[in-house]
Amino acid sequence: MTQSFFQALADGLTLGSLYALIAVGYTVVYGIVQLINFAHGEIFMVGAFGAVATFVVLGGGTLAWWVLPIMLAGGIVAAVLVALATERLAYRPLRNAPRLAPLITAIGISVFLQEAVRLFYGRIPGFPDAKSNVQFPNIQGVTGSPFVIGGVTIQRAAVFTVVALVICTIFLYGFVNRTRLGRAMQATSQDPDTARLMGIDIDKIIMIAFALGAALAAVAGMAQGLLNHNINFRMGFIAGLKAFSAAVLGGIGNIYGAVLGGLVLGVAESMAVTYVPGVFGGSAWKDVWAFIILILVLVFRPQGLLGARVVDRA
Amino acid sequence: MLEVKDLKVAYGRVRAVKGISFSVEQGQVVTLVGTNGAGKTTTLKTISGLLQPESGEIWFDGRRIDGTPAHKILGLGLAHSPEGRKIFPRLTVEDNLKLGAFARRDRAGVAQDLERVYTLFDILRQRRTQPAGTFSGGEQQMLAIGRAMMSRPKLLMLDEPSMGLSPLMMQRIMSTITELQQEGVTILLVEQNAQAALSLADYGYVLEVGQVVLQDTGKSLLTDDKVRKAYLGED
Repeated sequence: MTQSFFQALADGLTLGSLYALIAVGYTVVYGIVQLINFAHGEIFMVGAFGAVATFVVLGGGTLAWWVLPIMLAGGIVAAVLVALATERLAYRPLRNAPRLAPLITAIGISVFLQEAVRLFYGRIPGFPDAKSNVQFPNIQGVTGSPFVIGGVTIQRAAVFTVVALVICTIFLYGFVNRTRLGRAMQATSQDPDTARLMGIDIDKIIMIAFALGAALAAVAGMAQGLLNHNINFRMGFIAGLKAFSAAVLGGIGNIYGAVLGGLVLGVAESMAVTYVPGVFGGSAWKDVWAFIILILVLVFRPQGLLGARVVDRA
Repeated sequence: MLEVKDLKVAYGRVRAVKGISFSVEQGQVVTLVGTNGAGKTTTLKTISGLLQPESGEIWFDGRRIDGTPAHKILGLGLAHSPEGRKIFPRLTVEDNLKLGAFARRDRAGVAQDLERVYTLFDILRQRRTQPAGTFSGGEQQMLAIGRAMMSRPKLLMLDEPSMGLSPLMMQRIMSTITELQQEGVTILLVEQNAQAALSLADYGYVLEVGQVVLQDTGKSLLTDDKVRKAYLGED
């Protein structure tokens, strides 16, 4: 009993860390421009594919541990570039349009990115075909024989995921609260016009918000690849929706809310899969729980666990 | 130092400023007075780049600045403390002040100016780590003025600094404006409280529905019959 509880907890925290890393991207962008960037799940997917591309370009096929940071960097660069391009080409021209326009655009970008990866990724010489699952390299150190602690099995990739979330959260906290640009970001989130009077270039702050979210999503894409051993062009859809639910659960606009929401959602999902009996039990229903929680939050606590929009809620 | 020529500004189809011209000379306190809807705030927002003019020219320090994005105008030496104070409520006093100096890179100078603001307004020093949203109106106004000073502007535009303040607090703010002038800061003051504004202004313009209807030295306007009837509540 306790063993299965702790197993579910460990699995849930891993899953939750993944959701949290993606959720931060929804919330940071929302906090600055009040836009739900529904293409953010695809940025996560692009991060994973960027990591594999880096692995291919690196050649040699070595799985040594030092490949990990290089792949991670490649994934981050790919995700950030694509996110900045979508912001510049698709969202910025719609900055003053009715809010429905950028929302629909986001869905369009989401489909566009999925199809672009599906159709063109494999066309690049040496790259694997992306029409079905793409194998993710099993990097030494973060894959392979799991740790077993008191009967609870913990994958090495799970450790990577949780540690990545901890590091990213500390980095974010420091950036938002301790740096000049972080302060400018909080100011922009609270009052964009007055922020401009302080000499803050709003366009630059918006780009930073997109880039930050994309970088974290790419870390999540890497983690997902290591956990599942393969990736595919559709991986951003469900993960993106769940991360969005996590951001709403924590309080959209609130960075720490997104982290908390992700962890709570991951653990809830894992616990439900382990403990819900009968026909609703087991992994077949795993994708249902996040959305049930989303609906309950929207009905009973729409401001989320930690409340209000706020990159600024420190 | 600042010259506005035949400025016209519209919100959609509604023209709020209908051809205003005025100028501010170095070292002066110049005030724009007038009732609600006269176009005072719109004029300031256009000067600081938050609004784009329909037509007309704005010159500051020898260069034309209409059409320059808002975030670049501060760097030219023109600060704007907006109507309603608009401090950042969930940031601390010190973070608010540091944001006022966002465009500056000279750390030593910023530290010096922070000290200067704290000396001018001791209450801000006492409450430097508190979120600014918890402050009273008068304290928020001090913070807003202090924040605008942190950019070390050549010209400081203050929009309704006396709004919602107790008479005592208002006196405090007005004497601060005089102190700033003595330090060499040029000030463009927008006020509904014409009495207070004209008493300390070197020069004043009276605005009515988007146009300048009167202009003269502050003293002369204070004693002008039309001004006394319309704005100072005397018959």
